[in-house]
Amino acid sequence: MAIHKISLKVNGQQEELEVPSNMTLMTMLREKLILTGTKNACSNGQCGACTVLMNGQPVQSCLVLAVEADGAEIVTVEGLSKNGKLIPLQELMIEKGAVQCGFCTPGMVMTAYALLQRNPHPTEEQIREAISGNICRCSGFVQLVEAIQAAANLQ
Amino acid sequence: MNDVHTGLPKFDYIKPSTIKEASNFIIDHKEESRPFLGGTVVFVHMRDGIWKEKYLIDIKHLEGMKDISFDQKEGLTVGAAVTLNQIAENPDIIKHYPLLVDAANKVGNYQLRNRATIGGSICNSRPDSDIVTACLPYNAILRIYGEKEEFETPLSKFFLSLGKGILKPGELLMKIKFPIPPSRSVGKFIKLGRNRVGDRAIVGVAVLGYPDQRVPSGFTFRLAIASAGPVPLIPEEAVQILQSSKLDEGIIEKASNAAMEAATPMDDTRASAQYRKWMVRNLTRKALLEVVEHLKGLKI
Repeated sequence: MAIHKISLKVNGQQEELEVPSNMTLMTMLREKLILTGTKNACSNGQCGACTVLMNGQPVQSCLVLAVEADGAEIVTVEGLSKNGKLIPLQELMIEKGAVQCGFCTPGMVMTAYALLQRNPHPTEEQIREAISGNICRCSGFVQLVEAIQAAANLQ
Repeated sequence: MNDVHTGLPKFDYIKPSTIKEASNFIIDHKEESRPFLGGTVVFVHMRDGIWKEKYLIDIKHLEGMKDISFDQKEGLTVGAAVTLNQIAENPDIIKHYPLLVDAANKVGNYQLRNRATIGGSICNSRPDSDIVTACLPYNAILRIYGEKEEFETPLSKFFLSLGKGILKPGELLMKIKFPIPPSRSVGKFIKLGRNRVGDRAIVGVAVLGYPDQRVPSGFTFRLAIASAGPVPLIPEEAVQILQSSKLDEGIIEKASNAAMEAATPMDDTRASAQYRKWMVRNLTRKALLEVVEHLKGLKI
């Protein structure tokens, strides 16, 4: 199987890697860069646990090949907080009780972060639609929506 | 080894520099190679062992594949690799081709729509594609790179059977062209799923109606229906009924029934064939009533 040399930015850091053709971006992040915040659940583009930002856009990293990310800028959940300080969206998710088992949380944070970048003041309906690609098995989504709404109110 | 998290099997990723190189590679490696754009269906099928190609050829970076252009006379041209979010957020498409926006916004989820493409949706040749259903009433035309020359074909002639379109090995979809819609046309797209957003269509209906003095009713309607058979359904008899005589509730009922009669859906986990047939009738009727109301400015 072919091996590809790729050069990309991950959380602001330039990375030079060698990846096989069939390695997904998700696997590359977790296994090569030990950025295990990004989770795998469905491998299918439905659950959103693997959501990262690719060139500013939220994508499901289980459906992107690492080699396709050559030249891209990737942001994972680890890249949002600086020196251990969480961003307001993350703080509010904890405060509002939107984190239970935490497995959906990184993907949810990335999706919500991307939403607030493109739509700083979303309605509740827009929030719900935006996170419809992130499944949470624990909560009823209510606290998640409240946390995102509260983060929007700060903007 | 397989990708440790997704189980994606071994293959070689090929990134050709020109469309000619891509086409020639596929011809030289028939049966073993598959072109791809967003990969949202290809990777899942490969993971599940449904497709087993040795080579996946990335063609989304090739010239023109990601372009969107609009001209007041020529209409809209969309590269095959344009994503569904790019379609939904484009001002010209929002203004002139709203069915495409409605349909694009109902596919999967926001993250998926940053990868899923209009070209991939067409080439998968599935009858439940929302974007394909919305393209049909705009009389979309496909521009295809062929081994000998480029050629064009109407989208309506693309689908042969479930999962199979007209493309031969080495033929690659380059662009989709949409003529300017008829003057004063009104459209409606309705998708029925098990949830409000994201499920594959149980049934989907796209209607585009416009004033047409050439026909007895004074209006022509273009219809396309998703998940009503092995290929997207264009119910010709329903279209003729709607042209044949003055539009009233009875004619709309008759046309909706004709659409139902033309539907040959299947049973699956989402719905039974019988339920789908009833929904073809009900959603066609609902969409037609709404379009007619807008066209005539009065409720019937």
